[in-house]
Amino acid sequence: MSSRNKILTAVAENQPRTAPFPEFEFLDAECIYLSETFINVLTGIGGTVIPVETMIEIQNYILQNFNQGPRTVTNIPALNNVAELMHQSSTSPHALSDVDYAVIDTRLAVAENGAVWVTEKGLSDRALPFICQHLAVVLNAGDIVSNMHAAYEVINADDYGYGTFIAGPSKTADIEQSLVLGAHGPKSMTVFLMM
Amino acid sequence: MKTTDKDHAALANEFNKDAPRVDWHDETLWWVRQKRDNAVKKIPGWEELREAGSQIKNNVLANLSGYLKQFEANAQANGVHVHWAIDAKEHNEIVLELLQSNGVKKIVKSKSMLTEECNLNEYLNLNGVDVIDTDLGEFIVQLANEHPSHIVLPCIHKKKEEIGELFHQHLGTPAGNADPVFLTETARRHLRETFLTRKAALTGVNFAVAETGEFVVCTNEGNADMGAHLADIHIASMGIEKIIPKRKHLGVFLRVLARSATGQPVTTYSSHFKTPRPGASTHIVIVDNGRSKQLGREDFRNSLKCIRCGACMNTCPVYRRSGGHSYNNAIAGPIGSILAPNLDMKKHADLPFASTLCGSCTNVCPVKIDIHDQLYKWRQVIVKSGHAPVAKKAAMGAMTRVLSSPVSYKVAGKLGRLMMKRAPFAVNNQFNPWYKQRELPVVPENSFGEWYKKNRNNKPKDI
Ligand code: SF4
Repeated sequence: MSSRNKILTAVAENQPRTAPFPEFEFLDAECIYLSETFINVLTGIGGTVIPVETMIEIQNYILQNFNQGPRTVTNIPALNNVAELMHQSSTSPHALSDVDYAVIDTRLAVAENGAVWVTEKGLSDRALPFICQHLAVVLNAGDIVSNMHAAYEVINADDYGYGTFIAGPSKTADIEQSLVLGAHGPKSMTVFLMM
Repeated sequence: MKTTDKDHAALANEFNKDAPRVDWHDETLWWVRQKRDNAVKKIPGWEELREAGSQIKNNVLANLSGYLKQFEANAQANGVHVHWAIDAKEHNEIVLELLQSNGVKKIVKSKSMLTEECNLNEYLNLNGVDVIDTDLGEFIVQLANEHPSHIVLPCIHKKKEEIGELFHQHLGTPAGNADPVFLTETARRHLRETFLTRKAALTGVNFAVAETGEFVVCTNEGNADMGAHLADIHIASMGIEKIIPKRKHLGVFLRVLARSATGQPVTTYSSHFKTPRPGASTHIVIVDNGRSKQLGREDFRNSLKCIRCGACMNTCPVYRRSGGHSYNNAIAGPIGSILAPNLDMKKHADLPFASTLCGSCTNVCPVKIDIHDQLYKWRQVIVKSGHAPVAKKAAMGAMTRVLSSPVSYKVAGKLGRLMMKRAPFAVNNQFNPWYKQRELPVVPENSFGEWYKKNRNNKPKDI
């Protein structure tokens, strides 16, 4: 018998008798101030939120503030005058290793934990939001939901090969519990919040 | 993973030689526990969430074989290769075979307690494959040639000066520099080069969704993603118990995992891997290694609900003051003490006794595992099967004799009180571990029995 069948047989023999399929409801909007909560939580975990009203404001912000390195890339066509526009899978992920800033967009964010949902559809490569030194995300305030249950309601309506929640810059506290921003992923995360 | 023959008490003794360090370890973990409390208080319906998590996991255990098949079919439909390993040995062989057939000699690995359980690093090293652990804490213990002492905080036992010294020796940083920001930046630069050059990445799995065939990996550092997205082959190792029925259930588990672990609202990255990246391949190795056996132990099967948040360790008074290495098992602390005897009852007979049964672990567990009850039950199983630790056995034998006869109970009580009054050193000495860091209480003149005899005629006044 293959290991697969041995395992499945042993599991079937040993598993307890039925336990009901759990039903629960956590969808009630727990906070009405979605943008405010999102801003507070993301700021609390090391992110920066810049409220904006137009793409021009974002362009100006990028021009004035993204100056820690020369290479800024984006998947948002409206930003192509301030950043290099990436095309889907046009390069190998290794060609992104010198990206200083990546500006991407998202259609979903979660107020309770400050996370944004990113799928590979909009990215030129899965590695982009990790390999860049600094990450910026453009988010419409109307796309913020209250909690993770509400987020999965939205996610389930879509399909993806890869998707990730990103909540703040990469971080570690492995050395004596001292929090350091910038572990292996980006050192900072900026969210442009379109009000 | 058992690296010495010493039992928990002996290893805890070693850890306890350095009292200030023990206090520091204790306080650091308690601080993490407090961060958890603050995070938990901030969201409404925490108890309902725990209950939902617990029920989902109960449902998983009761339908595990079906969910495993469903997961396999969906993962394959997504283009992912699925492998099955009955034990650690087979898991390691599958991984090695995958690497060798692709001509890979160097891999990066993100945190996976399962690969610790399987001793994968040692096995691969012996077979000529170089493994770099990329989680900073694991990278540090790897440099020190040690194992993680905590499932979420692998090098929580190490002082920053020791880490600075390790970096000085291995990475050439200036001697005496122990600044966490500087050391983290050094590791970041060093490992970036590694990520860019390795062809295979190994990760763990936090949750595997039967409904969709996708699996979720949670990290704060971004190392699992850096590894997986830059490699040609992504190998993900998971225990059979990592299955959850539906994607929407991730909503429950992602809400409780990081809050319980470190007090964060969610880990920085919760990555959902469904299909392989174009041009790359994904392999999942599903491992049993004693889990199906634990599933058959009615009293202990709930331990398989564990989502490895580490909260039970951070809160455990024994763990905090004895250190993760005293458990001598890949998974330390209260949950490790339930899982280990399943694999080898004789070897790990000491672990269920390494607890005060205070129940704090059970109170914090986000999936409501009855941890301290299971520890208590393991003690009974272990004693009955004759594996009790020697000192415990002698003490319990004497107890049984004394407690089973009223006369010897009375005599023993008298003798005890006399002894503590006249010759306290006979009790409070280095051979009695209870008296470490403790003072003797004042001894009463009479036993309760004697007092009652004398006073029973003095009827209480009517009130
Ligand atoms: S037993 Fe519970 S508290 Fe302990 S690590 Fe597992 S899930 Fe967390």
